[in-house]
Amino acid sequence: MYTSAQQVVTPGFDLEQVRADFPALHQQVYGRPLVYLDNAASAQKPRAVIERLATFYSREYANIHRGVHYLSQEATSAYEATRETVAAFINAASTREIVFTRGTTESINLVAATYGRRNVGQGDEIIISAMEHHSNIVPWQLLCEEKGARLRVVPISDEGEIDLEAYERLFTDRTKVVALVHVSNTLGTINPIDQMIELAHEHGVPVLVDGAQAVSHLPVDVQALGCDFYCFSGHKLFGPTGIGVLYGREELLDAMPPYQGGGDMIETVTFEKTTFNRLPHKFEAGTPNIAAGIGLKTAIDYVTGLGLDNIATYEHDLLRYATDRLLEIDGLRIVGTAKEKTGAISFLLDGTHPYDVGTILDQYGVAVRTGHHCTQPLMDRYGIPGTIRASFAFYNTPEDVEALVSAVRKAGAMLA
Amino acid sequence: MHTLMSNNATLADRQEAIVEEFSAFDDWMGRYEYLIELGKSLPPLDEKYKTEENKIHGCQSQVWVHARYEDGRVFFDADSDALITKGLAALLVRVLSGLTPHEIATAELSFINRIGLREHLSPTRKNGLNGMILQMKRFALEHSQAVKN
Repeated sequence: MYTSAQQVVTPGFDLEQVRADFPALHQQVYGRPLVYLDNAASAQKPRAVIERLATFYSREYANIHRGVHYLSQEATSAYEATRETVAAFINAASTREIVFTRGTTESINLVAATYGRRNVGQGDEIIISAMEHHSNIVPWQLLCEEKGARLRVVPISDEGEIDLEAYERLFTDRTKVVALVHVSNTLGTINPIDQMIELAHEHGVPVLVDGAQAVSHLPVDVQALGCDFYCFSGHKLFGPTGIGVLYGREELLDAMPPYQGGGDMIETVTFEKTTFNRLPHKFEAGTPNIAAGIGLKTAIDYVTGLGLDNIATYEHDLLRYATDRLLEIDGLRIVGTAKEKTGAISFLLDGTHPYDVGTILDQYGVAVRTGHHCTQPLMDRYGIPGTIRASFAFYNTPEDVEALVSAVRKAGAMLA
Repeated sequence: MHTLMSNNATLADRQEAIVEEFSAFDDWMGRYEYLIELGKSLPPLDEKYKTEENKIHGCQSQVWVHARYEDGRVFFDADSDALITKGLAALLVRVLSGLTPHEIATAELSFINRIGLREHLSPTRKNGLNGMILQMKRFALEHSQAVKN
C-alpha cells in the first residue's frame, strides 16, 4: 500500500525530460494546469513527431509509389521505412505482413469484410468477448447479419477477467473466427491472449487481436503470440491520427480478396480484367495519409528509445499508486479489478453520476473520460450507465494522481 | 433561495431573476454548486412519464422532459439521473413552463450565456441542454399549430 508519491518507482527514463518533450502537457485549462488522463482515448505527441510532420510538409512532400522524381522517391522511402519500423516493433516476419489503414477500426473492418466474407457462412460462428470495444463487435455483427452467422460471447468475471473455461466451451465445428481485445480500454484488463490463441488454433480457428490499448503499454511480439491478425492505431501510440496498422500472417493475407479498389492496389488494369498488387499494397488503395505514416515511425522510435520494458515497469507502479489512493476515497468503487491490468482505471463514486463527476473534474483541469467508452455491452453486463475513466501514459506522474484524487474528493463533496 | 414565479411572470423577468441569482457567485464552483442545488430541488418525474417519447437523445445521462398543454399554456416537468443535467432542466422549466406555446417556440434563451457557465453550456457538451430546449420548443410548436387550427 502506497502512502506517498515518493514510493512510486523512479522510471528507467528521465521523466522530467520526457514531459518536456510533450508541448501539450504544459498548458492551462480554466486557469489550472492540465492533468491529462485520457490517454486511452488518445495520446499526446512528442515534439519530434510534431516537427517531423512539419518538416515533411515543408520540404519533403510528394505523393508516394511509382514516382520518378526526387521528392516522390524520398517520400516513398520515408513511408516504407515506417513499415520496416512497425514490422520490427511487433516482430512481424516481414513487411509484407504490415498493412497501413486509418486505424484499428478500419483494420478490423478490413478483415471482417475480406477474410470474414470469404470464410464465414450461414450457420457459422464468431467468438468475441463481453469486454470488446464497439469496433471489435459491430464489424462482426454486420458480417453475421449478412451471412446468417452468429456471434458467441465469452463471459467475464465481476473482476473483469475472461472466463477461460467458458471460452473453451464456446468452440464448435462452426466456429470460424475469434476476435479478442488484448487490453480492455474500459477495464484495463490484460487478457491472456497467448493462451486463448493457442486454444483457438487447436480448433483450427484464426484469431484477430485488437491491440489498440496494448502497444503503448507493453511489448508485443506477434510471432510469439501466434496471432493471425493484430490491429492498432497510431494516435494512441503518440503518433498522428489517421494511421493504423493491420498485421496479418502472409499466408492469410495472400488468400484474402482486396478490400478497397483503386490506385496502388493494382498491378494491371483493363476493362476486361484487373490484377492486383502484391502484399501489402494489395490492401492499400489510393493515396494514404503519407505524413501520418511517416510521423508514426518517429513516434515508434521515440517509444522504443524509452524502452517498453521501462515504460511497463513505471506504468505498473503508477497504476498501483493511483489505485491505492483512489480506494482511500469513501464510496469509490473501481470497475475492473483484474490481476493483470494496464492503462485504465474505471471507477464510480457512490450516489453520483459519472457525467457529473467528470464535468467537475474538468473544471479542475483534470481530463478524464466518462460514459460507456464504446463498450456498451460491457456496461450492460455490470448494470451501470458508464464509468469515470482515468487512463495513464508514461508521461503521467504521481502528482497527476494526486490532482486526480483531490479533484474526485471535491466532486464527491459537491455532489453529496 | 430563488423566488417562485407565478405563471404570469414574463419570460424576460424569469431570465433576469436567474441571472441575478447566479451573479451572487464569484467563481465556477459556486455556480455549479447552485446549479446542483437547483437540480436537487426539482421534484422527481413520475415514473410513468419516463417514456421513450419523453427521453432526450444524445446525452450521457438519462434525461426526460414531459410536457402538457392546458388552457392555452404549456407546462413542463423534467428529470435526469445526473445532477448537473437536472439543474439545467430545472432552469429550463423555470423559464419556460407555464408560458404560451408561441412564447416558448420563439423564446430567446439569453440567460444561458449570462449566468457564467458558458463553457459548460456549449452545444458540444452531451448534457442534453440543446436536446431539452428542442423538445420543449417542438411541443410548443405543435400546440401553437393546434391553436391556430
